[in-house]
Amino acid sequence: MAQPFSPGSAASDARLRGAAEVDSICPYCAVGCAQKVYVKAGRIIDIEGSYASPVNEGTLCPKGANTYQLVANADRITEVRYRAPYSDHWETRPLEWALDRIAQRLVAARERDFVERNAAGDVCNNLPTVGCLGGATLDNEENYLIKKLFNGGLGIVSIENQARI
Amino acid sequence: MPGLGTSFGRGAATTSQRDLQHSDCVLIMGSNMAEAHPVGFRFPLMARERGATLIHVDPHFSRTSALCDRYVPIRAGTDIAFLGGVIRYVLENDLWFQEYVRHYTNAGTIIDKNFTDTEDGDGLFDGFRPRQHQYESGAKAWNYASEPAAPPTETPPEIGAESWSEKLAAIDNADPKHDDTLQHPRCVFQILRRHFSRYTPEMVASICGCPPEAVAQVAEALARNSGRERTSAIVYAVGWTQHTIGVQIIRAAGILQLLLGNIGRPGGGIMAMRGHASIQGSTDIPTLYNLLPGYIPQPATARQHETLARYLRQEHVANGVWSSFPKYAVSLLKAWYGAAASPENDFGFAWVPKIDDNYSQLPYAYKMAQGQVRGYLIFGQNPAGGNPNARLARAGLRQLDWLVLMDWFETETASYWYKDPDGADPKKIATEIFFIPAAMAAEKDGSFTNTSRLVQWHDKAADPPGDARSDAWFVYQLGLRLKEVYRDSERPRDQGLRHLTWDYGEDAERILPDGTPSRIAGEPDAEKILREINGYRVADGRQVAGYHELQDDGSTACGCWIYSGIFPEKDNNRARSRRRTPGNPAEPEWAWSWPANTRILYNRASADPDGRPWSERKKYVWWDAATRRWTGLDHPDFPPDRDPAYRPGKRSHQMEAIGGNSPFILKPDGKGWLFAPSGTRDGPLPTHYEPVESPVKNRLYAVQSDPATHLYRHKLNRYAKPADPKYPIVATTFRLTEHYLSGAMSRHNSWLSELQPEMFIEMSPLLAEEKGVANGDWITVWNARAAIEARALVTPRIQPLRVDGRIVHQIGIPFHWGYAGQVVGAVANDLTSLLTDPNVSMHEAKAFTCNLRRGRHARVARPPRPNAPQPWPEWQPMPQTPPAAQPEGAALRERRR
Amino acid sequence: MPAAFFTAAAQPAPQEPTGFFTDATLCIGCKACEVACKQWNQLPADGYEWRGTSYDNTHALSAATWRHVAFAERPCDGGGRSAPAALAPPPAESAIGTELGAPIRWLMVSDVCKHCRQAPCEEACPTGALIYNEFGNVYVQQDICNGCGYCVSACPFGVLDRAESDGRVHKCTLCYDRQKDGLEPACAKACPTDSIQFGPLSQLRARARQRLEQVRARGEDQAYLYGAEPAGEYSSLGAFFLLTDAPEAYNLPAAPRRPRAHLPRNYAWTALTAVAMAAVAGWAFAASFGREAAAPRRPAEAENEVA
Repeated sequence: MAQPFSPGSAASDARLRGAAEVDSICPYCAVGCAQKVYVKAGRIIDIEGSYASPVNEGTLCPKGANTYQLVANADRITEVRYRAPYSDHWETRPLEWALDRIAQRLVAARERDFVERNAAGDVCNNLPTVGCLGGATLDNEENYLIKKLFNGGLGIVSIENQARI
Repeated sequence: MPGLGTSFGRGAATTSQRDLQHSDCVLIMGSNMAEAHPVGFRFPLMARERGATLIHVDPHFSRTSALCDRYVPIRAGTDIAFLGGVIRYVLENDLWFQEYVRHYTNAGTIIDKNFTDTEDGDGLFDGFRPRQHQYESGAKAWNYASEPAAPPTETPPEIGAESWSEKLAAIDNADPKHDDTLQHPRCVFQILRRHFSRYTPEMVASICGCPPEAVAQVAEALARNSGRERTSAIVYAVGWTQHTIGVQIIRAAGILQLLLGNIGRPGGGIMAMRGHASIQGSTDIPTLYNLLPGYIPQPATARQHETLARYLRQEHVANGVWSSFPKYAVSLLKAWYGAAASPENDFGFAWVPKIDDNYSQLPYAYKMAQGQVRGYLIFGQNPAGGNPNARLARAGLRQLDWLVLMDWFETETASYWYKDPDGADPKKIATEIFFIPAAMAAEKDGSFTNTSRLVQWHDKAADPPGDARSDAWFVYQLGLRLKEVYRDSERPRDQGLRHLTWDYGEDAERILPDGTPSRIAGEPDAEKILREINGYRVADGRQVAGYHELQDDGSTACGCWIYSGIFPEKDNNRARSRRRTPGNPAEPEWAWSWPANTRILYNRASADPDGRPWSERKKYVWWDAATRRWTGLDHPDFPPDRDPAYRPGKRSHQMEAIGGNSPFILKPDGKGWLFAPSGTRDGPLPTHYEPVESPVKNRLYAVQSDPATHLYRHKLNRYAKPADPKYPIVATTFRLTEHYLSGAMSRHNSWLSELQPEMFIEMSPLLAEEKGVANGDWITVWNARAAIEARALVTPRIQPLRVDGRIVHQIGIPFHWGYAGQVVGAVANDLTSLLTDPNVSMHEAKAFTCNLRRGRHARVARPPRPNAPQPWPEWQPMPQTPPAAQPEGAALRERRR
Repeated sequence: MPAAFFTAAAQPAPQEPTGFFTDATLCIGCKACEVACKQWNQLPADGYEWRGTSYDNTHALSAATWRHVAFAERPCDGGGRSAPAALAPPPAESAIGTELGAPIRWLMVSDVCKHCRQAPCEEACPTGALIYNEFGNVYVQQDICNGCGYCVSACPFGVLDRAESDGRVHKCTLCYDRQKDGLEPACAKACPTDSIQFGPLSQLRARARQRLEQVRARGEDQAYLYGAEPAGEYSSLGAFFLLTDAPEAYNLPAAPRRPRAHLPRNYAWTALTAVAMAAVAGWAFAASFGREAAAPRRPAEAENEVA
């Protein structure tokens, strides 16, 4: 004999009703699984695989299935942190302040260390004492901006990513 | 990936993951595909369900091994010996695909009479300079016979300028001497046969520790499943690349696949499984020191690139796709420097910095440890845990004046100054550190290029929280500030920055998908950037449809020529195309694949020399005699109207030099390279060398390890001698499904952390018995560089091997832990060494030596106990969702233990 | 049946029964099912405890872990597809013997609530919290459960577990909320290799039988279906499996017990015991009046007769 349904059971449904559905790509490995990101009131409420993709056809691995926890995570840092020389703690700073200061640091290094000709007399026009690392987890467009600004603009030569590790 | 580039032309996987489902046999080697790429592994598994044979050859029995039909254990670092054995077996038993090899490879090409093989040089090819630890470049005899001497292209090994054109420049003639019978003693085929003649099953077994019959079994399985009717694929990952001989292992796979006729065909190919969401993209549009976008070489002092004219002349390639190199290079300069780039000023070529040293990641970490680096910007990378010899990397970070980090979590790299158990007192570390919180992929627009060259767009779903911003926002805003600083400068060195085109602002207020306006100001428009990458006509700003439209007179601009065609009209972002094509397994309408939306590279080889499919079963791209065009399921990777019967004349140049039976159109001779006359710095053919750290002597040659490897002396970076009795155990690192790389994207996540909560090391029951270790015990593993502690996972999956008559033990070390995050543990990379292979400045984390004992490591401060489980979620009810539709876990938000 | 302690909602119309078919021969042990389940249901982690038992660190199903991947490293008995180490050589002069180098098979399968067609938990629940929903799945109604835990001891698979946080019992809902909106359960959707399949039970059973034939045909003689049909005292399962080794290898009971199946016998024992006790009491009473009373029969003997 069937037990009766409670009001909660009867009213339950998937929380996706009314959510905006956005197409995304998994940020972990290079398989390139397509994801559906569901948003309500500016908040991501669910991330799952996209059935449409010929790569993953709705599926995800445990890391892909975990993507939501990259977005909503108590460990996630959401403000600029600054550690002064010789300090033993972080301080919170405004974003604009940090950008200004980083620009100053870059300019100072460039003014000091830019090499027009190296010791052998070869034309270099490079800045060998500042490096830039990372890119394999970023978008193509971001890699393009990094290479363009830091290399084509500032002359930084040690621009590298995860490809060699 | 020069291993692939040297063999076939492009440094990228030749096929798509999806196409692996059409394979009749898949050899997975140097890849733990089921664990590292579980969703990609669907396709070999689909093939298995259709009757294909799956083979895993690997030092470590993983979840991949468990799902394959055959598993062959080998000693870490002996892959060339094994593949060499397979190649020999295929040659000696005439199992190669004759028609394919004769037409599509350089098997019949005759090699310079001065060429000396390793078989004659006891492990060295001709041209080795022992004092410099390198082969001479340019003049060496690894070349086609009767060629005009190539211009001397002196490239010291410390400059890893891997320009393809440099490599190709050595061959300017599309029609070198050739013996169609393959009998000439100096033809490539005969050289190949002699080169691998001593790689007998018994020799392979004594080097690799596998049973001798495994060689024949694998070779037979591959050969049985290759030919007109069938195809086999090879899958690899960092298990092949992270060796001093990595490029040559991939070359060996290339040789094997060419001999079996499996390149450019459905179900065939070589699938390189790459690790990060866009590591292929960040190689194509490189954040790499020696390349400009589209594999254009970074100008280098050593190659006399003072002026544009010299640069173009030095890198000139007469034939094939690269013959248009000036168009790609000039269009890039136009994209960067806009109207200021004119013929009069070399299109701003002087503003592009020249490399005068090896500035790649690992040598730069070495420089950093020596205090030669002032500032460092790190975007989503974790060298404090992920670098080989991570201790040395952390020692380097401590010496920086300033460090800028952009990330989501406080990684090992963000916290090295106070959390490193092996570190210094923060009060002694002078580094000024800026941590900028980053946006996640779902919080920004942009494209990733996956491991199959597929460029896929992700739409922004929501704003990132707080002050978190996209990396693009950060670089764009920083660029605006820097341009402002130098706005009025007249110094030549500042003109590049002054004129850098930097107009990416959004044109209208951004409305998010849920209808709310974005609160983030100053975000660059990612589609504007991709339009520039695609290229446009300078005069009217119209998008170009493909790289064939590019010019070298400044009339076109293009940020990355190989991506040209991805945004062919102003409102047609093909990376964002999400249409399926029923009936076409290539799925050409799902996103966009470089080059020119090609899913299987070199696919002209899917047809026979006359242009007909090799078989109905393996039909893919073919010559339509009626329309006189190539057609099929995929974009033909070939001049679209090139008749299969066409043969170039002696004076044919550029694309006219590519014969109708020459599928490898980036090669000047159009052929797949069994023998690589140029392109590698350690030999034209793969040769078995031992890892730098090995428990045994090289059985084949007097030369122990790759002679052109570069070592870095430092007190934190000592190496074990070959066969050093102090370190008799072989170690290899590996990945677990549940974690991601150094853990930055998994150990801050409770759902993943609980699945693999602690650092462990896998060993065989026999080794455990020898060392008195029980399953679950703490053990200490040490070598010439460091000691780490971990829990022992004693498992019969790890098998001792009999190598050269004695038992060699191997241990498997997952490399996911560190001192930051919710679950912590020793950094596996403290054990690995910093060294660079001759070709791509790669390290050797997949094969090194160590010793171990029972017990914890006393000298190093104990890592803090794993944090208590995070209550998850930090519960806020799902917005705009009635109580009955809230997830049930909401009730479980309290900490349970 | 117990009276309804709540205002019963309208009874939804029954749908075609649904369930899971989990195929161990396709499982790659990736645990995507575990994470996808936690993501959709927003379940907390159970704790960070390394156990050294192959790659199994969540160890069992619990109130916060509704999918659990079991791992077993078993000696290889030769033959068959999952003898992956068949090419592996034992070291010729192993000090311990060739056993240590012997090939093994590594079994993996994703465990879950079985959604029994006749569920002991539902039978044990005194409050009406456990129901068969319109899809025939066994569902714990969170607004009814009072945490008594009768179901916990009734389940022969150890699925049901009471949470310390809210005191209620939580387990796989078979994504009841998603099914209502026509969505596939999170674990089955995520599973990269379709080792976990979701669908109407009738279709799943047919597919499973076909799959079994296929797997056997290629040499996996030991393969069988677990729970696809009723067996012994137990009903068929709404979540059944294709396995290639003994159930115990996957931590599944070879013959699950359904407490209610023993009820008639247990009631009979109780009744007979009562009769026997009465008899003893009567004898004692009688004995107090005279030595000539008959020798007593012990209750145990009475039970034996019933059995």
